[in-house]
Amino acid sequence: MKRYVYINDEDSSQDLYCGNRISNRKYTVFNFIPKNLWEQFSRFMNQYFLLIACLQLWSLITPVNPASTWGPLIFIFAVSATKEAWDDYNRYLSDKKANEKEVWVVRQSTKKHIEAQDVRVGNLVWLRENDEVPCDLVLIGTSDPQGLCYVETAALDGETDLKTRIIPPACMGIDFELLHKIKGVVECPNPDKDIRRFDANLRLFPPFIDNDVCPLTIKNTLLQSCYLRNTEWVCGVAVYTGNETKLGMSRGIPEPKLTAMDAMIDKLTGAIFVFQIVVVIVLGIAGNVWKDTEARKQWYVQYPEEGPWYELLVIPLRFELLCSIMIPISIKVSLDLVKSLYAKFIDWDCEMIDHETGIPSHATNTAISEDLGQVEYILTDKTGTLTENKMIFKRCCIGGICYGNETGDALKDVELLNAVASCSSDVVRFLTVMAICNTVIPIQSKTGAVLYKAQSQDEDALVHAASQLHMVFVNKNANICEIRFNGSVDHYEVLDTLEFTSDRKRMSVVVKDHQNEKIVLLSKGADEAILPYACAGQQTRTFIEAVEQYAQLGLRTLCLAWRELKEEEYQEWSLMFKEANSTLVDREWRIAEVCQRLEHNLEILGVTAIEDRLQDGVPETIETLRKAGINFWMLTGDKQNTAIQIALSCNFISPEPKGQLLLIDGKTEDEVCRSLERVLLTMRITTSEPKDLAFVVDGWALEIALKHYRKAFTELAILSRTAICCRVTPSQKAQLVELLKLCDYRTLAIGDGGNDVRMIQQADIGVGISGREGLQAARAADYSIGKFRFLKRLILVHGRYSYNRTAFLSQYSFYKSLVICFIQIFFSFISGVSGTSLFNSVSLMAYNVFYTSIPVLVSVLDKDLSERTVMQHPQILFYCQAGRLLNPSTFAGWFGRSLFHAIVVFVISIHAYAYERSEMEEVAIVALSGCIWLQAFVMTLETNSFTILQHLAIWGNLVAFYIINWIFSALPSSGMYTIMFRLCGQPSYWITIFLIVAAGMCPIVAIKYFRYTYTPSKINTLQQAERLGGPILSLGNIESQARLIEKEGSPLSITPKNRNPVFEPLLTDSPNTRRSFGSGTPFDFFQTQSRLSSSSYTRNCKDN
Amino acid sequence: MYVRKLFKFLTFSSFVAYVVDFEFLFFHYVVEIIDRYETVCVPESRRNDTIGYIQSADNKTCFRRLNVTKQMKQPIYVYYQLDNFYQNHRRYVKSRSDQQLEDPNSENDTSDCKPEDVTANGSAIVPCGLIAWSLFNDTYVFSRNSSPLAVNKTDISWKSDREHKFGKDVFPKNFQNGTLKGGAILNASIPLSEQEDLIVWMRTAALPTFRKLYGKIEQDLQPNDVIDVTLENNYNTYSFSGKKKLVLSTTSWLGGKNDFLGIAYLTVGGICFFLALCFTIVYLIKPRQLGDPSYLSWNRNPGGH
Repeated sequence: MKRYVYINDEDSSQDLYCGNRISNRKYTVFNFIPKNLWEQFSRFMNQYFLLIACLQLWSLITPVNPASTWGPLIFIFAVSATKEAWDDYNRYLSDKKANEKEVWVVRQSTKKHIEAQDVRVGNLVWLRENDEVPCDLVLIGTSDPQGLCYVETAALDGETDLKTRIIPPACMGIDFELLHKIKGVVECPNPDKDIRRFDANLRLFPPFIDNDVCPLTIKNTLLQSCYLRNTEWVCGVAVYTGNETKLGMSRGIPEPKLTAMDAMIDKLTGAIFVFQIVVVIVLGIAGNVWKDTEARKQWYVQYPEEGPWYELLVIPLRFELLCSIMIPISIKVSLDLVKSLYAKFIDWDCEMIDHETGIPSHATNTAISEDLGQVEYILTDKTGTLTENKMIFKRCCIGGICYGNETGDALKDVELLNAVASCSSDVVRFLTVMAICNTVIPIQSKTGAVLYKAQSQDEDALVHAASQLHMVFVNKNANICEIRFNGSVDHYEVLDTLEFTSDRKRMSVVVKDHQNEKIVLLSKGADEAILPYACAGQQTRTFIEAVEQYAQLGLRTLCLAWRELKEEEYQEWSLMFKEANSTLVDREWRIAEVCQRLEHNLEILGVTAIEDRLQDGVPETIETLRKAGINFWMLTGDKQNTAIQIALSCNFISPEPKGQLLLIDGKTEDEVCRSLERVLLTMRITTSEPKDLAFVVDGWALEIALKHYRKAFTELAILSRTAICCRVTPSQKAQLVELLKLCDYRTLAIGDGGNDVRMIQQADIGVGISGREGLQAARAADYSIGKFRFLKRLILVHGRYSYNRTAFLSQYSFYKSLVICFIQIFFSFISGVSGTSLFNSVSLMAYNVFYTSIPVLVSVLDKDLSERTVMQHPQILFYCQAGRLLNPSTFAGWFGRSLFHAIVVFVISIHAYAYERSEMEEVAIVALSGCIWLQAFVMTLETNSFTILQHLAIWGNLVAFYIINWIFSALPSSGMYTIMFRLCGQPSYWITIFLIVAAGMCPIVAIKYFRYTYTPSKINTLQQAERLGGPILSLGNIESQARLIEKEGSPLSITPKNRNPVFEPLLTDSPNTRRSFGSGTPFDFFQTQSRLSSSSYTRNCKDN
Repeated sequence: MYVRKLFKFLTFSSFVAYVVDFEFLFFHYVVEIIDRYETVCVPESRRNDTIGYIQSADNKTCFRRLNVTKQMKQPIYVYYQLDNFYQNHRRYVKSRSDQQLEDPNSENDTSDCKPEDVTANGSAIVPCGLIAWSLFNDTYVFSRNSSPLAVNKTDISWKSDREHKFGKDVFPKNFQNGTLKGGAILNASIPLSEQEDLIVWMRTAALPTFRKLYGKIEQDLQPNDVIDVTLENNYNTYSFSGKKKLVLSTTSWLGGKNDFLGIAYLTVGGICFFLALCFTIVYLIKPRQLGDPSYLSWNRNPGGH
């Protein structure tokens, strides 16, 4: 399917495609109430409560006052509806802002100012510098004579650097005035979400050129939400608008997230519901049978001989209402309440405030804290998430002399500064390469300061460092670079740029020095891509040592080299290069081959070392979380080598022999399939071994794997604890999250940039780092934190406690409802199965809403283990991950307990209050007090850490129970007039209560004691250890000791060799242009990594 | 250690259980005379049609002789005990109007009282409802060793009921006037607050077996005393095969005779003691160090799958 966009043709495409109106709204004013109600009622629990509330309106069957259900129900609905409405209103406001932004569009051959929402497909849109692109455009013209423009795509893919966009060749050279009248057709595919691909054709109509079809790529487009930078104006044709843009398509509607725990609670609720139905049917039948056999004989009941037709239904329905308290309406309210408390705990946590920026952690989504404790997979972005995304030039080695070793910062090294001042030729050449050999664009601001727009952070760091060393790259005018050094201005003409590819691992420029008309080749690249090509006489020994030394420190190294070219040599080569550049088949391979011919006999100038600092505490955090049984996947847009290196330095993967990296690559289906199978085989073999396996896959292979070998890849995903996915697009990130979610894993995605937004929204839990790439991710995320290291606390402390507390709270809620419900059921057997409620409405309502809800709410303060212990033994998280604390079997325990307690309370109260004392209201209150007392003790037993608040809630609640009942007992109109006073004066009442507590608690205490002592869970063991108060011997302690030794700086015994991949990828380097030299023999990084020691990296971050 | 505390709790509760039982044995001494009369009070010739007998207009007077075996200190409570009588039935228990009982102006507030709410001509029944309508109407007259024994029928209901739930100026009206006769007839000139039999009856029982206070004998009974009871066997329990019993009982600080609490305390105390013993033995045989980190083996499959 294709779409044909007629440029500037106002008739044909007006209504064919959707307008440019963006809408993220869920509701309109009119459909809000029905739609919201519909949405709320799609939840099973709400349907159930509504049904019960409706049934209660029928006075024939209701045992209690209908207000006891309607009140809470309406309250709950109003609260959630208000919240929804507020959220939607905010969405509406932000949409409105985007829609009403003004843009220049050509209408009737004149430029007009219209609102962004009125842009139509085919319109010519004009943008000026710093404008946001309102829809997807195909470039037609720019202010730049060469047809270039620069865009910032951060909102789209999270990459902050500038990207170059170029107008299609067919439009080259069209006059500014003529652009208004341009006519033509763009043949482009239907909207999709692939932001790296745009396979279209452009044909301009006469008088512009001829009928030649001009191919378009993504380089000829401007996508919605990008910003135009450093370009005075551009003009483009709208091809996709509104929600059909690449951004709109990839935005996706975030679905409301439901925690695994909610799902489990829903499941248990369903089970209870089924149980309830069974009880109702059984009691209904029993009731009808009793009525027909016995009740007719009980003359004092005066059963009418013939009732209405629905008579058979009446008794079951009565029991339905009587049993409706089995599913506590309070559970939803309590859960919502504690969930928002969990969120507040996160917001209030002083230990999760980023002190550098003062940004506290924030829980945007207040409903999913429990899931944090059940995370199984963490998918993390790299740049900005694990690293600080700040590249800093730290050290260098020029001509065998290392600078910056003492101070840690070459820029402050006096020796280097002296060398620069004395214009030492080696140093000058070194700085020249740093300043020119790149694709950086300098921009002179009005104040005279020079700003650099670099595609790679490394280059940015080098140019900045050079300028600090007085070699300032001032201006780039077409091909002429202007360099200012120590007051003099030099001009270099860039003749050719030998671009970086991931296979060559180096880039070079050929420049002509205008001072002496010499032609020079300047190269920089990874050590293995430069050092072997050193000229015959040069000793590279010192450079190799320097590289190794820097690598040990975790720095990214680059080797700089230089060669003077003879005029003839260059001319000869230049022809070859031009020819290679214009080949259609195997172009990249040909270019690489030609470049190779020039890049040899290099004179090595030196080595630079750049630091991409890991954030504080990243390795420790990852290590702790991995110990907690969480699997890590790194999804990055970066290149393989960079990703692997960062992965190593932050404990993501272990170095050999413990760890092993398996590579999945390939450019074709067959290659990918083969390597996938090979990796899978290795994985299967080694699953039994305690080996740390990780697989590495790049975006291209991933695309194929996900498309054609989904099953195999899924298996791999299940087998592998660690994975590194490089060069992946935002939507691929989201696909990976989805893949893991389909395998029923709980996923957490963490990222900081706009390119992580989809992944964050897709994952069960999205965590955004409010970092340098803006707040986009943080806004889309469920939780935003300031630094990666807070993740540890977020999961281990907040997630775990939330899970534990909700597990207790939800089961306890069911327990207490079941107790009272079972008593009602038992009572029905001694009341002629007629559906009499033993308890009055007031007691029932107060029981659910007050007596039992208040104490359980303070369980949000309960800590089964101290935070310190959890941090020391992160493995304990397993109990949460595996859902050990809330599952059908634990629930069965609570169910059994409620049955047991109901029997105890019922049997004891009806026997202790038999014969002359079997007064209904008294028995009811005795049974109720029995429940309340038992529950106070159950709460006490299940509370692990007491604070004054807990004691207050538990015992205060007991006191409140008596006070409330005394108040009701003082009101003659209430059903329980004087009852409580009478009971409290009877010794037999207190004896009965004591008996109930003793009989109810004795077996439970005994079982708990037995389990605690003889079959303790890991949690119990840690609790015991905590209570003993001694130091808890653990892995954590041993490790911290090990770290201490490291910190003291003992020399590293092993000399790890680390080849630092140099370049950040060229971001526009699209996968389909890459091609490996050999047939599927990638550089072997197994060997490389085998000699790495992770300790050197942890040290690096300590140094920082 | 809080588990130790729980352990102590077990031992402690068993101890308390025995103390309470001790009290039961020595201070909770109750003498009870129970006489079941619903069958014997039907003439033998009518026993195959008890329902017909009870609904007929025949003389229902019946003589029972009770022998006192142990000394009974006053006050001696006279109860009637009904069996298989569902005062807690849903239709029954709600069939009353508390407003009407208390307030003469709410006479027509009979909506809950169906089917005993109004008479055929539409005027309200006071007291309305099934409970009042089915008021127990057997009567007992006692004599000891041939001399009359007074039964005090005042102050047998709850004081709070007399004062606040049954009005002093509410008089029975249209009561038992319908075709369907229930139980007792009330004297229309006595206000409800003084109709103590009704007040007692209106405190519905939670169990199908219950006793209601009939009166108090305010004299001590000596061993070998013979009590003659002249009773009017009016109340129909025959249609649902319910038992009727006359109970004379003394009382203690714990109320009437009730063996349940004693037995229950013995049982629970025994279980607690047994458990405490077991744990002690197990602890002595196989002591277990708590909180030993060597139990912490994190050797689960790293994948956790």
